[in-house]
Amino acid sequence: MDLSMLWYLVPSVVMFVCGIYGFMTRKNLIAILISLELMLNSADLNFVIFNRYLFPGSMEGMIFTLFAVALAAAETAIAIAIIINIYRAVGNTDINEVKQMRF
Amino acid sequence: MEATIPILILAFPLFTFLLLGLCGMKMSHKVAGFIGIAMLGTTAVLAYIVACTYYFSGNPAFILEGVRQQFQVFDVTWLAFTETLVVKLGFLLDPISALMLVVITTISFMVHLYSWGYMEGEPGFQRYYAFLSLFTFSMLGLVVATNIFQMYIFWELVGVSSYLLIGFFYKLSSAVSASKKAFIVTRFADLGFLIGILLLSYYTDTFNFVELTENPELVLGTTGGATYMGASVLTVAMVLIFTGGMGKSAMMPLHIWLPDAMEGPTPVSALIHAATMVVAGVYLVARMFPLFCVVDASLTFVCCVGAITAFYAAMVACAQTDIKRILAFSTISQIAFMMVSLGVAYDQPIEGVHYSGLGYMAGMFHLFTHAMFKALLFLGAGALIHAVHSNEYTAMGGLWKYMPITHWTFLIGCLAIAGIWPFAGFFSKDEMLAAMFNRHWFWGAWMTMVAGLTAFYMFRLYFLVFWGKENPHYKEHKPHDGPWQMSVPLILLAGVSICAGWIDFGKFVTWNGEPYHIHFEAPVVITSLIVACVGIAVAAIMYAKPNNLPEKAKAMWPALWTAANRRFYWDEIYMFITHKIIFNIICRSIAWFDRHVIDATMDGFAKLTQSVSYRIRGMQSGEVQGYVGWYISGAVVIAAIAWLCFA
Amino acid sequence: MDSVGNIVLYFCVAIPLLIFSIKAVTSKKILRSATYLLFVLLGTAIFYFQMGYQFLGAVQIAVYAGGIMVLFVFAILLTNKPNEKDTETKSHRKLWGFLVSISSLVLLVFALFYMPLLHGASLMECLSASNTITMHEIGEAFTGGGKFQYLLPFEAISVLLLACIIGGVTIARKE
Repeated sequence: MDLSMLWYLVPSVVMFVCGIYGFMTRKNLIAILISLELMLNSADLNFVIFNRYLFPGSMEGMIFTLFAVALAAAETAIAIAIIINIYRAVGNTDINEVKQMRF
Repeated sequence: MEATIPILILAFPLFTFLLLGLCGMKMSHKVAGFIGIAMLGTTAVLAYIVACTYYFSGNPAFILEGVRQQFQVFDVTWLAFTETLVVKLGFLLDPISALMLVVITTISFMVHLYSWGYMEGEPGFQRYYAFLSLFTFSMLGLVVATNIFQMYIFWELVGVSSYLLIGFFYKLSSAVSASKKAFIVTRFADLGFLIGILLLSYYTDTFNFVELTENPELVLGTTGGATYMGASVLTVAMVLIFTGGMGKSAMMPLHIWLPDAMEGPTPVSALIHAATMVVAGVYLVARMFPLFCVVDASLTFVCCVGAITAFYAAMVACAQTDIKRILAFSTISQIAFMMVSLGVAYDQPIEGVHYSGLGYMAGMFHLFTHAMFKALLFLGAGALIHAVHSNEYTAMGGLWKYMPITHWTFLIGCLAIAGIWPFAGFFSKDEMLAAMFNRHWFWGAWMTMVAGLTAFYMFRLYFLVFWGKENPHYKEHKPHDGPWQMSVPLILLAGVSICAGWIDFGKFVTWNGEPYHIHFEAPVVITSLIVACVGIAVAAIMYAKPNNLPEKAKAMWPALWTAANRRFYWDEIYMFITHKIIFNIICRSIAWFDRHVIDATMDGFAKLTQSVSYRIRGMQSGEVQGYVGWYISGAVVIAAIAWLCFA
Repeated sequence: MDSVGNIVLYFCVAIPLLIFSIKAVTSKKILRSATYLLFVLLGTAIFYFQMGYQFLGAVQIAVYAGGIMVLFVFAILLTNKPNEKDTETKSHRKLWGFLVSISSLVLLVFALFYMPLLHGASLMECLSASNTITMHEIGEAFTGGGKFQYLLPFEAISVLLLACIIGGVTIARKE
């Protein structure tokens, strides 16, 4: 039995779909952020998988993933800062509380 | 010749216009008037210098072995659109443009001076002088144009200044509508002019007058094969170009604007609507005369239009009550006279005609003399209106006692226009009639009849105004001659009207530049003198003393009299066509289409957008999760579609 | 042909990964969600190691599992009372989320099995086809300006991180 590309892609897909589901159904802003991290992680994993299987001689996928990790860190930091700010303003972190942001 | 003076001739009026137009309101009336008169006087002197240099210096550039030459003082490229479509601005000196320089600057100077007295105290005095300068600039630019396009540009500029001056008393609704009428009618004519220019230059690849006219056969050659709507291109082009001239020179059926243009100040009527701008059409025909000659049809067209207009305008002039309207119709008639004269001329010898180009010379001669005595008559009419504050002759009568200067100068003008020896009109009219008789007896006979009518209606005016019964209002308000600024131009112009005929005009202006010695043909002279005297006599019998003859004449042909008084219903016809047919049928349907189809389509878009956005605005819920749901469903659908289509 | 150890390791990671992914988004307790996410990130790191990207795996553990998770935990503890459950989601929202995620799952799975490439080389072959990536190579890739070198993005990321530090401080600080 070979560990072909598919073996690694399946967990990645599942992670991604779980991210979508979580993003759409959770109400806590931090839980939504967690779902977002899941999706991002799945994308990172995909980069690495494709790099390894399709272009084993180069390392661009890995480097892209490194950048993505750095971006994810930055994004999370900002998002959490915003969430804490919202919490200070409205007293909880329910997504329905920030509907006013549409205006 | 140095280009300095010619440039200055154009620059002075333009500068005056800008100066008075921009800073005029800061000046007092006296300063503004003085600037206008002084600048125009300088321009006139410069124009005289140029004309004298051209006519008398004997420079081979101007006159070569006795033949006068066309000379382009300068011709600079102004707009270069493509290699062939180049618009130039230049200064062309030839017999007729030098003549026009003299006529325009002289009359304009007289009018400037006269207006100082006539317009005194009017609000907008400075604006008036600014517009006069603009007009003078435009008219000078028109006559010295080296190419048709430059002429067209200045042609429109004179139209604009005419519009501005007719509507000078813009608080009067009649003046406003008259100015609009003048502008719109001439604009329509100019549309034909422009199409004609484009048609002609498309085939000949040039706008330049010298290139066009020095070899008309070549022009015929380049356009010969092409036809347009069943006629040769050249014929169509020349007729279209002449349409522009018809508009400006108020030929039938585009004459309707000129009588209404009398709403403007009287000196303006003298300058623009009697002496200079309205002869632009004649000038245009003269300028392109060789081209008109190569297509007989266009010259015949000119002739017919002129003949019909001359008679029509003379008839109408006999039945008007407004003295300025009488003079306006007289102007139309006299310009038509010039048109016929040009129309009977020809640039090739004709069998049985001793000098086929006589009509050209005579037409230009009459243009010159007519400008002088018609300006005189208008200025005289202005003095009358100034004195009695009315345009109607019924408010006048017996004025000879009160206004001696006006009376005598007006009489001289009337004698000149009637063609009585030794006044200017006699000589020019006689040459024209001789040319017409030479070509065909019909033209001669017809125009002699018009000449008789001219004498009749002018003396009808003269007797009604200066003789007859005194108006009772004189006791309360005694009429008197105008101030010296008004009298001096009258006297000067009267002097010119007496002497101008004695100029040996054939030496200066002929169709080909070769001198022609004017001589009189006894039968023509005698006939025309007799006809003129009969006209005067009839007028004297009917109008010199109050009697019932005019009423009897009216009663004899009541329909004719009413028709003539209503100008043969031309205005009504135009009203009918524009209001009943164009506005009512065409415009209404277009308006309906515009409102119910075009606008409705646009409104439909707006309404659709509005209602759709009203319905879907709920999607902008602020719920991030909803957005993500839509986004991902959309991505899935698009991916699925793409896959199904392209995989 | 991959070694049995590799295959066993794969299953030991992949099955918990699937379970923890699902648990991370369905758990009612937010702190548990975060913990499940931590396990998912660690599992991903193991995949990276298995595929021969040691440095990336280390970064994943250090930055994600170490750094970001700490942020999450702090944020959760700051904003939630202990043992507080996430409030119930509206059922239509849940249904819709389910539909959307299932449809994307169907699309993605269909894509996975449709692609012929997926039945290609084994992990072992791919690993043997390339050299081990050394720190030296990675360092050169980040600090050079040539082809396949990324100095500019590296600098851009550093500026971005700086901006994030400032932004985070500005947004979160008390007035």
